[in-house]
Amino acid sequence: MAMTLVSTVQVPSGGAASIEFTGIAGTGKDLLLLYSLRNSDTGTTDSLLLNFNSSTANFSGRVLYGTGSSALSTTASNDLIGGIVGNGATSSTFSNGQLYISNYASSANKSFSVDTVGENNATATRHAIIAGQWANSTAITSIALSGGYNFLQHSTVSLYIVS
Amino acid sequence: MSDTPVKIVIDLSKPEGEREQIIPLTADEIAEREALAIQAAQEQAEREAAEQAREELKASAKAKLIAGEPLTAEEADTLVI
Repeated sequence: MAMTLVSTVQVPSGGAASIEFTGIAGTGKDLLLLYSLRNSDTGTTDSLLLNFNSSTANFSGRVLYGTGSSALSTTASNDLIGGIVGNGATSSTFSNGQLYISNYASSANKSFSVDTVGENNATATRHAIIAGQWANSTAITSIALSGGYNFLQHSTVSLYIVS
Repeated sequence: MSDTPVKIVIDLSKPEGEREQIIPLTADEIAEREALAIQAAQEQAEREAAEQAREELKASAKAKLIAGEPLTAEEADTLVI
């Protein structure tokens, strides 16, 4: 197995509402997205919204997450729960996560997994693991991450192709 | 921060050095983003309510255990998986 860094992007000082990788070649087997994010929300944690090929439909998933005081499970669609640290969290901290997409270029439905954790020097923060599926037979050629608030400067996302 | 939100697009079909663009969102994209934000906030509130309810059940179950009182099924579920 070889893992090749395709691209890394870092959010500039103005912030950004979304980060999109387009024109992804179908030459690999799996995709790995590593991210370090913080947004402009005044809270401490938010969902990270995902789309493939500009679609937010036909996503389903199961989430296990901890809040700092409870452990819970829930269903999710394209929202990667706890994926973003808000600007109410300890300053200069970021959430870290990885999104792994299996067989992204195949004609089968696309399964993915997420492991994400926030940073906050307080009780409340989140660690989530998510098992998800995008029920679509089209090869994934674009991936976008967004949320209800702007990603702040120094937020970083890297895309790898696994072959 | 600019007034109009922007998106960062990395077009991997282009040569390195020409891939990254910062593009202002269209009115439709801004509207969609706002709708998604409302939906995400609602879901977040629902999750937080569920978390609070579970914490209260756990506290009640603990108090009843200490007092030797019977637990409800929901309280027992917080202790036994």
